[in-house]
Parts: sequence; C-alpha cells; structure tokens
Amino acid sequence: MSKPSTSPSSATDQPNETLVEVEGLKKYYGEAGRFSGPPVKAVDGVTFNIEEGETLGLVGESGSGKTTLGRTLIQLETATEGRVSFSGQDITKLSGDELKQWRKNAQIVFQDPESSLNDRMTVGELVREPLDAHDWKSPAERREKVRSLLSAVGLQEDHYFRYPHQFSGGQRQRIGIARALALEPDFLVLDEPVSALDASVQAKILNLLEDLQEEFGLTYLFIAHDLSVVRHICDRVAVMYLGKIMEIGETEELYTDAQNPYTKSLLSAIPRPDPTSERTRITLPGTPPSPRDPPEGCQFSTRCPAKIRPEQFADLNDDTWDAIEQFREVVRERTRLDVGVRDRMKRQLGVFSKFDDIEAAATELFDDVEIPPDVEKPIQTAIEHVKDGYPGRARNHLKAEFGGVCDTQRPEMHPVSESGRLSYCHRHSDEYADVDTTLERRTDGH
Amino acid sequence: MNSTLNDANPDSSTEPVLSVRNLQTVFRTDRELIRAVDGISFDISKGETLGIVGESGSGKSVTARSIMGLVDSPGEILPKSSIKFNGEELTEYTDAEYQQIRGSGIGMVFQDPLKSLNPVYTVGNQIKEALRINRGISGQEATDKAIELLEDVAIPDPARRLKEYPHEFSGGMRQRAVIAMMLACDPDLLICDEPTTALDVTIQAQIIELLQDLQEERDLAILFITHDMGVIAEISDRVNVMYAGEFVEKAPVTELFENPKHPYTEGLLDAIPGTNAEKERLNTIEGDVPTPNEQATYCRFAPRCPKAFEDCEQVHPVHVPISEDGEHSAACLLYPEDRSTEEAVEYHRERGREAEDVPEGDHA
Repeated sequence: MSKPSTSPSSATDQPNETLVEVEGLKKYYGEAGRFSGPPVKAVDGVTFNIEEGETLGLVGESGSGKTTLGRTLIQLETATEGRVSFSGQDITKLSGDELKQWRKNAQIVFQDPESSLNDRMTVGELVREPLDAHDWKSPAERREKVRSLLSAVGLQEDHYFRYPHQFSGGQRQRIGIARALALEPDFLVLDEPVSALDASVQAKILNLLEDLQEEFGLTYLFIAHDLSVVRHICDRVAVMYLGKIMEIGETEELYTDAQNPYTKSLLSAIPRPDPTSERTRITLPGTPPSPRDPPEGCQFSTRCPAKIRPEQFADLNDDTWDAIEQFREVVRERTRLDVGVRDRMKRQLGVFSKFDDIEAAATELFDDVEIPPDVEKPIQTAIEHVKDGYPGRARNHLKAEFGGVCDTQRPEMHPVSESGRLSYCHRHSDEYADVDTTLERRTDGH
Repeated sequence: MNSTLNDANPDSSTEPVLSVRNLQTVFRTDRELIRAVDGISFDISKGETLGIVGESGSGKSVTARSIMGLVDSPGEILPKSSIKFNGEELTEYTDAEYQQIRGSGIGMVFQDPLKSLNPVYTVGNQIKEALRINRGISGQEATDKAIELLEDVAIPDPARRLKEYPHEFSGGMRQRAVIAMMLACDPDLLICDEPTTALDVTIQAQIIELLQDLQEERDLAILFITHDMGVIAEISDRVNVMYAGEFVEKAPVTELFENPKHPYTEGLLDAIPGTNAEKERLNTIEGDVPTPNEQATYCRFAPRCPKAFEDCEQVHPVHVPISEDGEHSAACLLYPEDRSTEEAVEYHRERGREAEDVPEGDHA
C-alpha cells in the first residue's frame, strides 16, 4: 500500500480541506470461530481521501465491496482494521453516545426506495424520525423542519400525511433523501440512489442531488455500478475490484485516458448509445473470483487482459497462453468444491474418481492449440493431481510453473498522471511494457 | 451486428419468422380496461434483431408475453390481433399447441435467470429435461448434447457444471445456462426480455457477444427488449420505440440514433447521462408513463411532450414514413415535415379514419 498521495495533488487545484481520510481500511466477515473457513475479504486495504464539497464516485461490479466500504465509512459496519477519520477525528474508535452524536454528520441514502421506507409510517413521520431520535429542538420546530425538507427535495408540503405506497419510485427516493438530510449532515453516502429508477426519473434525481449539494454544501460518496451516471455527477472516481481500489483520480481524465487494465475493460464494456461506434471492446473472461479466496497477487490477475507473463513463456503463442489461463481457472474452480467424507476415504485409498472428467475439460481447451513440451508436462502433472483428488496441489503446481509477478505479488499504487491519479498495476513500473502497448498487441493478434 | 443490416434487407422479401399485426392486449379490472399493448405491428426475419425500447410501464414485457402465449386472465388478447409465427396464426392456438411452440419454435430469456431455473434440480437435469421433452433425446446422448450446449454458451468445464445446482452458478453463468436451455429446443426465434439488466457491465458485454455469435451461427431471429439505449444501439438491427402501449417510432438502428424524429425518442436520447460530459444539467422528460386505460383518440405522449400543440389532444397520430423506403416512421402530428401543421393534422385524421375502416390493414 502506498501512502495517501492523493491529498497534496487534489489540494493544489482545490483549496478545500480534506473531510474524510481513509487509511488501510479493511472489512472482513466471518473470521471468528475455529471451524469457520477463511474470512470474506469484502474490503481489503483501501486508502483515499474525500475533499470537502466534492463528490467521489465509487464504481465496481457487484461483489467488489463498494457498498461495504460505504457502510464502513459511516460506521454501519465495524472496521476490521485501518482508520477512518472525519475532520481529523478517528471514528472507528467511537462508541455509545459519542458515536450517536457523530452520526448526525454522516447519513446514507439506500438503493431500493421500495424497501428502505417503512410502509406503515407517513412521509412526515419518516422524515421526522431522525429528528426525534436525536431529540432535535421542539416538536413544532421539527414539523416545520420536515415541511421545509419536503419542499427542498421537490415534494409538496401536503404530502406530509401520505404513505410511501402512494408514491412512485422517484418520489420515494426523494423521501429517502429528505430523511437523510434531516439532521443537516456534512457527508452523505449515496448507495446506488438511482439504479432502481427509469432513465428519465434518474436524470431528475441526479439534478436534485446536484442542487442539494450546492445548497447545503454537502460532500458525497456516490456508489454506483453504472459508469455513465458517475461520469455525470462525480468530481473524482475510485474504481473497485474485489475489495481493492484499482484506479482513483479525476473523473474526466479517468474516463478519457484510463490507465489501469481493469478500468479500461470496464469502460469498454459500457454499451454506447451510438450504433456507429467502431471501438474494440475488451471482453473480460469469466467472473470475479470469490472474495473468500482472492488471488495471492493482484486481485484482477485471473481476468486481466494485460497480465504479465513469466519470461520463459514470453514468446508462446497467444492462443496457447489463453488456453493455459483458462485451464488454471477451471482448476481454480475445482478447488472450490467440497470433497465429502466418502470421497476423502477413496482419496486415501487411491481409488478417487470423482474428478476424472478434468481430462475432458483439458482436451476441450487444448484441442486445437499447439503445446510445446515445457507446457505439456506441467499440465499433465496438474491433471494427475486433480484426478487424485487434490485440485489444490494442481493449482499450486500450475502457479509455480506459469505464474508471473501478477500471480504472486500485490502491485503498488502508481501515480499515472500529473493530477495525481493512482493506478494499482505492475505494468506501471518501468520493468514491464505498459498497459496500452500490451493491449494493442493483443487485440491486433485476434 | 450492424453489418448484417444490409444483408438482411434483400432477404426481407421472404416470409418473416414472426409477423405481428394490430396486437392488442388488454387487462380487465373492475373499474377500467387497461390497454397494455394497443395495436402494434412488426415483423422479424431470420438472422435479424429487432429491439423494443421504452420506459417501465410502456408495455414491452406484455408484448413479449403475448407472443409467448403467457397472458393470463384478467389479461386478454383482443380478437382482431394477429401473431403469425412461420406462417401459423398463434392467437388461435390451444394451450397444448402453444406448449409445442414454446418447446421448439420460440425461446424466451427473462431478466431474472433464477426464475427460469428450478433450484432443486441440477442445471444438467433441467437441460436434459428440455432435450427429452422437446427433442426426444435421453440417456447418455442427452448428457453429451447438454455438455455441447453448455460449451456453445461458453461455460467453462461444462461436464462438471452440469452436475451443479443453479445457486452454485454466478448471475451471468445462470443466464448462459438459461440460454443453453432455450437452445436445446432449437428455436427459430429468441425473445429476450431485459436479459442483461440484472448483470454487471462486463458480464453484460459477454452475454451480448454470446447472443450475437449464436445468432450468426444459427441464423436466429431475436426480439430484444430493454430500457437501455446503449444496449439497443449495440445489438439491434432495427428499433421500435414503445410508449404507453404503442410504437411511436420505428427505424433502423443507425437512423434512429442519428436522426430521431419523435419528440419522445429525442427525450430518451437526451436523458442518457454521461454522453455529453460538458453539459451541466441532464435533460429530463417531465411526468411518468400514463396508464393507457382508454382508446387512443389522441397522442398519449402529448401531456409530457415539449412540442405538443392543441390538436395533439384531439387527433391520434398514425405512422408517417420518414425515409423513402418506409423503414423509418414516426407517429407524430409534426410529420410529414413538408406539410403545414394544419395539413399534417388533416393527414393524420384522414389516415386514422381509413385505418378504422380496415382494421386488418398493415400500417407497418
């Protein structure tokens, strides 16, 4: 992990102060208990800052840990490790009354407006609830406050006595926003606030959020999986993958000149509303690995289109290399499978046969590619291991034979632009060819 | 995909795979008659993808379900509607006959793959069931065929995957398995109802690529329903824009994006965030899609339309050809462009009356 070098750079063009500082934040689930397996590493060491008044976007595929990160930031989850400080105060250490007092400063708007509002309460009660909970001023003043909030988010004052089911999705999201604003927080986590809405309604909510930010001087963490929405509303963006920030920097710069292979792939996967566009799309193979068992090296290494090959295989034909990578993925998937008691006994006796179909899978993959002997031997050994019932050994063997720096070492955050954008990839270090050259060479080959 | 557009045109003289005329699907409630789909017509030929795009509540999914014969009471397809699949009139089919078509002619992929898969059977079991019922293949032959199908939809290690349950699959993988099940029936037409909406972009890209490959290999006709303009641009050859049960604009995909004519289409294209980054505020379309509960004697978009004028409340717009080959048409009183507003309104009134006299007439 590199030190937070984002702060000086973004501070140069914006005199704003840093509101939120996150350092080495980790959130693991399920590590307690002797018999539990390895923990789910939802957030695995992230470091970044959010400036006052800015909107930081957090994007990533589902399961990348973006929601967990958002929830941990405002102490809805307890951090496993690391620091989160608001205006200099470390909030991971807060508890009891202190924490309750602090909560006024940071609120959250949830994704699904259908399930985040209690259907048995009127809109007025819903918006007033946080005020009641914190004993804010007198009841009459609270009611007055609720009315002004309703009009601030574009609802009518006479909606006060209606119930949530009488509203459309967009209106319900407005109620959620009013509720989050009730205690006049400085910081809002917006967890996919427009994902459940239609495009034209989306646009209205985004406009509203921008207006409110200006009016109340809010700082946003905007979580989304839709990159085009993020481009519109955010000042800076962080791209997450499997609990790690892959790239973080100024929005426009990141969209027009992404440096990290994951960001590039993600951007190229967005369907453009332009049927004539002639770009080469990078289609990523497979799905993200389980956060219970992330790769030892770079989190993205199992799907990366720019993965660094070990030197002795540098001249290997691309198709053969792809087949090897796919085979490793197949073996990796097999390690996920539980082996029952009976099979374990069979394994002891050497009559294990459950995994014999690995040969068919291998034949299918390597059928029409050329296999030099230095590739064939490790593959054969791996197949034997799997057939004997030890896919874990096969996986390690393959990693030892074919693994490069991406498989074994965590990359560093490298600065990749003058504005201080950071990217998490081995290719940014001088030893290796850079991402663009590699991707171009590969796409040409196909 | 777009390159096939030109190739598809010469073929269009042959019989289309699916031909829908004046489809009206209504839902009867105690108070009113909801015209979820109100008189739409379209054709899909072999190897072609027709996209239907619209907001939620515009009637896209009801269209798909009507074709599949999945509209249940209180829903009803009105008698004058016609759905012809390979020349056969589907609206006259009995339930049993429909079952046959669903098994071997038309496949459907829904938004949520978990709803199409049975959680207590292995994926292989379900694909083999489809093979047994629809193609009479069983035993080892079915297993081999099922492995082949999973390979076709690019699921790695298919022999192993066959023995797994749906919950052990990831979202994208489940959708692939559903597509494999549909392919087991060797369909001519695949109806995809928001098949990628619940998926991440990288997985969405995989599924779109898969559908394109399958289409090329098998010469499939695809009806692709989505609300996402980006996806539509990527996959369709032709696009129909749907609003409150009606098509408001039909056009080849490039034409629609370059030269949108209907104010609703323009609004939809303008509301896409991120396309023009320099723009400060997003354009929005005011209001929501209305529930079409009365006969369309006016333009249903008029209350939300920035260009609406008085006559829009009085006259129901008909489809006006925009391009010379008639491939591009819009249902709006602003057209034909070369006429004055009054003349144009008169034109729509006239054509509307004609259409009433000849309800079967193809105003495609």
